[in-house]
Amino acid sequence: MAKIVGGIGTSHVPSIGKAYDMGQQEEPDWKPVFDAYKPVQKWLAELKPDVAIVVYNDHGSSMFFDKYPTFAIGAAETYPIGDEGWGPRPLPDVPGNPDFSWHLAEELVYNEFDMTICQELSVEHGFLVPMNLCFPHEPSWPVKTVPIAINVIQHPLPTATRCYKLGQAIRQAVEACEDDLRVVIFGTGGMSHQLNGTRFGHLNTEFDNDFLDKIESDPIALTKLTHQDIMEDAGAEAVELIMWLTMRGALSDDLTRVHRNYYAPMTTGMGLIALEENA
Amino acid sequence: MATQRDKSKTIPGTTIFDGAESRKGYRINKFAMSFTKSENREAFTADEEAYMESWDLSDPERQFLRDRDYRGLIEECGGNIYMIMKLGTCTGHGLYHVGAQLRGQTFEEFMETRNASGAR
Repeated sequence: MAKIVGGIGTSHVPSIGKAYDMGQQEEPDWKPVFDAYKPVQKWLAELKPDVAIVVYNDHGSSMFFDKYPTFAIGAAETYPIGDEGWGPRPLPDVPGNPDFSWHLAEELVYNEFDMTICQELSVEHGFLVPMNLCFPHEPSWPVKTVPIAINVIQHPLPTATRCYKLGQAIRQAVEACEDDLRVVIFGTGGMSHQLNGTRFGHLNTEFDNDFLDKIESDPIALTKLTHQDIMEDAGAEAVELIMWLTMRGALSDDLTRVHRNYYAPMTTGMGLIALEENA
Repeated sequence: MATQRDKSKTIPGTTIFDGAESRKGYRINKFAMSFTKSENREAFTADEEAYMESWDLSDPERQFLRDRDYRGLIEECGGNIYMIMKLGTCTGHGLYHVGAQLRGQTFEEFMETRNASGAR
């Protein structure tokens, strides 16, 4: 039986990908970000997952507002590196597991989560920054992946509760798979940030640290946040954090926190939490 | 059902990208999305006016583009920040340049408000 062995909540700030590609890992203002992922890389190397389910949002790479799905799931053999406007990043294409994707899609749709199923999907910073920070990937990635894209950029967005319930449905779907797969799930995005208006650059460190506390110990409290609550306190683009609730909904409450970090150098609270299933 | 947005209560200095914005910004966002193809970036760089002419843009949209006025493109034309960012390879203006404009500051003034501006 497939099972979820761990979950990771992480920001997916695009500038981290650029800094990585330019080899700036040791520069003083960047070093705290890259160092924070080293224990998580080590943990994942020991955990040896077969599949990573990555919950992210597409920022106009493979998806546009002509048809922008609320919930979508990748079901491709391979996910090429997308061009977001500045050329594809120099990363190897990311392998999928279409059998497992179709299994998840079937379980989720019959469980009343009506996913858009994508057989061609290029992946972008929302997906790639977490992956490239957490896994060695030269010459190839050590896990297969299932991208799950959520609309967090064009309101109306799904509610925080709905995202959490999607996570619960993902757990059921994983456990209904007869293949012996070890699965980790990523919830990505956030933390506090705003990228429009005169409030551009708004950060809320207190909100972010409270979110990191509660994602571990009291996720139900976070599901009660409305989009308005999150946007007022943490900035318009901080609503991405509802994707962390999908990750958390896919976990049990019998968890060990492996690692946690927070750093807010520029315009986004960069958070990280890694949770391992005890059973 | 909890109300997700209180539209009677605006958040100061904030534009929420919703249906109204997405409808208003459809043209400019579709134009910006075209920059995800290298041939379109090359066409814009070769001849901006001709490239803009090949899209159904309004006069104010064209003028904001000529002026590199990102505040105008975002706040007045319905531009989505993630789409407008795609112009950056051709214009040489990254997120923090755009952000400084939105705040009404110079790039240097904006950088002074950050915690560790080397991580840019």
